[in-house]
Amino acid sequence: MKFILNAEDIKISIKNKNIIKSFSYSFGQAKIYSIIGPNGSGKTTLLRALSRNLKPSSGDVKLYGKSIYKQNTKEVAKKLAVLSQVHSSMTDIKVRDLVSYGRYSHRAWWKGNDSNDIDMIEWAIEKTGMKKFENRKINTLSGGERQRAWIAMAIAQKPNVLLLDEPTTFLDIGHQLELLKLIYKLNREEKITIIMVLHDLNQAVHYSDELLIIKDGELVKDGSPWEMLEENVFEKIFNVKGSITKDKETGKPIFFPLDVINN
Amino acid sequence: MKENQVVNNNNYKIFVLIGYGVLLILGFILSNRLGSMEISVDRIWEVIRFDDGSPQRLVLWNVRLPRTIVACLAGINLALSGSILQGVMRNPLADPGIIGISSGAGLAGIIILILFPEHQNLVPPAAFLGAIVAAMMIYILAWKGGIQPIRVILAGVAVSAFLGAGISGLMVFYSDKVHGALMFMNGGLSARSWPQVWMILPYTIAGIILAVLLSEKLNILILGDDIARGLGLKVEATRLGMTAVAALLAASAVSVVGLLGFVGLIVPHSVRIMIGKDYKYIFPGSILLGAAVLVLCDTFARTAFSPIEIPVGIVMAVLGAPFFLYLLRKE
Repeated sequence: MKFILNAEDIKISIKNKNIIKSFSYSFGQAKIYSIIGPNGSGKTTLLRALSRNLKPSSGDVKLYGKSIYKQNTKEVAKKLAVLSQVHSSMTDIKVRDLVSYGRYSHRAWWKGNDSNDIDMIEWAIEKTGMKKFENRKINTLSGGERQRAWIAMAIAQKPNVLLLDEPTTFLDIGHQLELLKLIYKLNREEKITIIMVLHDLNQAVHYSDELLIIKDGELVKDGSPWEMLEENVFEKIFNVKGSITKDKETGKPIFFPLDVINN
Repeated sequence: MKENQVVNNNNYKIFVLIGYGVLLILGFILSNRLGSMEISVDRIWEVIRFDDGSPQRLVLWNVRLPRTIVACLAGINLALSGSILQGVMRNPLADPGIIGISSGAGLAGIIILILFPEHQNLVPPAAFLGAIVAAMMIYILAWKGGIQPIRVILAGVAVSAFLGAGISGLMVFYSDKVHGALMFMNGGLSARSWPQVWMILPYTIAGIILAVLLSEKLNILILGDDIARGLGLKVEATRLGMTAVAALLAASAVSVVGLLGFVGLIVPHSVRIMIGKDYKYIFPGSILLGAAVLVLCDTFARTAFSPIEIPVGIVMAVLGAPFFLYLLRKE
């Protein structure tokens, strides 16, 4: 398998506290990775490091073999897009304008959008089903529509890798599924590698090729969803007792939490 | 139908911009027309073009026209500076005062006015220098592997308080010489002429060009640091560069017209309320409205209670604050 994003022994400490103790991993092309773990385990910090928003204290992140911290940030943006959890979602900019910002890294600063940029903006809007909202302001959209608008902006960058920090937070269950299906579609149809932090274990299991479990700043386990469940990893990590069943339609595992384990 | 709404929406923004433009033209005409000697519009046009040696030409060319232009330029610089800072600091209360422009220029200006009154002509360069030094001080103090807006704002408050103590101290110890200092603190445009025009003009031109070029960067920056970085924006460099531009714009204006703080806060904010958060519209809006507001207020300040001229800062506060409150209520 071809690896496109490599984290090499990342260590991150903030105010003398080791948030990420050591993390190495190679992300392959066109797969979906979900990072899961208890609150405060360092998932968001890790994602910020992978997206050059936080420089690790030591170690490196390489995109196609080149450090993301040392190369031109616009060059990184052409291959790697990120949607962080905290963004000013109440902006009154129009969807189409927001999506056009995705072309920032592809454009020389003195130029406007050329026909290729416009095609890409159009494509991103179509792909995320935002055509009928393209002239609406972001702050007039519902939570799910808004999140799709941000994703449209990110894919307008035409990235090979898309990082998402809890993309489904604050959405109701219907919109959560809709969004995950969109992410799944982007991965399968456009071959975009997805690396996301997710909260819901079953959603992570259902939509990911690989799961990464982080606890106390360390990668404690990685592998396919079935591997995770068979070894009772969830019980160890989240201190939750549960039963595992197989979904009749998809053949994917379902984890049903039953009780908290008190040590 | 939705298409229509959108077109109307954009039309509305352009309509507002045209409104600002009309206001500016109106201000420009009134400012040249009104005063102890009224000059008709036709006459204004005539004597601007030809020096016929008439008293109208004398008054217009030496007094009113340059003063009007200084008002426009200072208004533009302050409003642009404020709109840049409100975006960069992501704080609606940001204005040139927040990066120490007012306190730095104030202290430097007052030191000259009170301690070296014989060198009054040094006030503009000293104020400019003071403003830039104060802004740099705040930036250095707030720097910690990068710039966080909130740290800049807090460092700004601290530095301004520190410099403000110097200003108050001087005014207390030299209370007999306070009048000139007070005029400078309140800001004003009387006796400003061509030399002052040439002093500000380069900054205004550079500021307008940069505003056009930088509007998209600022639009991206206000989405949040992580998002902006993800899109490929050099967040730290952009923030540093923009703050420097804002500091130069405000310093150039303040050094010539004194501490007219209000324009930099109220104008960009009013524009934002009226046309929204897109800097492609906020910048032209701030340029037009900033110039219009200062010209109109200055005209009012020197004609309303003629022959007494009230400081334009007072007029702006008295007229601007209620209007601003009205906008806030309506929003």
